Amino acid sequence: MRVFEEILLLCLIICAVSVAFTKDLLTSIVIFMSYSLIMCVIWVLLQSPDLAITEAAVGAGVTSILFFVMLKKIRAIRKEDGHEQDEK
Amino acid sequence: MSRMKNNYENSRFMRFKRWVDGETDLLLNTMEIVPAKEPAAGEREEASKDSFGEKDGKNPPVFSEGRGLLYFRRFYQAVSVLLCCGIILVLLWTVAYLPSFGNAGNPDNNEVSARYIEQGLQETGAVNIVTGMILDYRAFDTFGESCVLFIASCCVLVLLRIDAADGDKNARKRLAESNDRIYEPKNDVILQKCACVLVPLILVFGIYIVLNGHLSPGGGFSGGAVLGSGLILYLNAFGFEKTQRFFTEKVYRRVTLCALTFYCLAKSYSFFTGANHLESGIPLGTPGAILSSGLILPLNICVGLVVACTMYAFYTLFRKGGM
Repeated sequence: MRVFEEILLLCLIICAVSVAFTKDLLTSIVIFMSYSLIMCVIWVLLQSPDLAITEAAVGAGVTSILFFVMLKKIRAIRKEDGHEQDEK
Repeated sequence: MSRMKNNYENSRFMRFKRWVDGETDLLLNTMEIVPAKEPAAGEREEASKDSFGEKDGKNPPVFSEGRGLLYFRRFYQAVSVLLCCGIILVLLWTVAYLPSFGNAGNPDNNEVSARYIEQGLQETGAVNIVTGMILDYRAFDTFGESCVLFIASCCVLVLLRIDAADGDKNARKRLAESNDRIYEPKNDVILQKCACVLVPLILVFGIYIVLNGHLSPGGGFSGGAVLGSGLILYLNAFGFEKTQRFFTEKVYRRVTLCALTFYCLAKSYSFFTGANHLESGIPLGTPGAILSSGLILPLNICVGLVVACTMYAFYTLFRKGGM
């Protein structure tokens, strides 16, 4: 269990650093979501399931969705295929 | 005083004020500022692909004081790295002095937490001690948190709401709405089928967390967040027309106001009776039953309603500037 905790903490640090260093905003939001999920597992291991539920719902769910909507509003998400932009 | 007024325009405060107001630039005569290049309309697509490296070769930026600017940049980078390392060192140094995790002699294991753990079950009737603390001993904090959420949603409403009152803006609102709808996948079959399965499960799970807050892990805030995210998923799958049948701005206002008012009145009553050593007359019930622990269950429901409505309201406000 000790090894598992250390792996999780390492993943947490990697996620936190790579959020800052990713150029694509969409990717960094997805990494941020995974950061929240790892944090959620760590809360369970620290025996606070209350916080784990809140972290999973708010951190991984609602906050990321709000970030996605914001990116969409400022047109930062680029369409992969061109024909959808032509409809605009 | 007149002596001071002579120099008032050139005083340090006035220069600072002008700089804050954006009228003058303090760095205007000391360093060269390269104006941002305005890409032509056709080149804008290419420019967004961070291809600045290629364009630097065509027209290199002109420095009047090239060497000074270079030194300034070097100095700036060095100082920023030093500052960052210094802050990290100070923080790590502080962490080294923290008491070790789980030690029995830590300052957080004082008589307050001992009292909560020993007598929490008899005094609040909640099996889940965390909820007993949050909604009974420290209920005032939780009331403040619910109000903070409500105020935050009001601020988002003020900032992002599109006013539909006058005709000119009405047209603009329709434009924005229809523009947003283009991106929205209409009748996405995969999303709708997944939502058909997932949304009832998520909603039931959220209701379970809210209602079992005093028995098992969870409570008003986490259950409300789960409920809100379930509503958001439903909205994403089926569009605004379906959700507007049961959730409008009026419903949001009424639900939030009723929940906050009930919370305020109930906790005022229990604080009043507790401070005056009166019998509150609210039965605690048998610990472990669903109808137990006095006011905690209705307060959990109130907090859950406020949080769920606020999450949903945030999303709709971000999405189309209205509910």
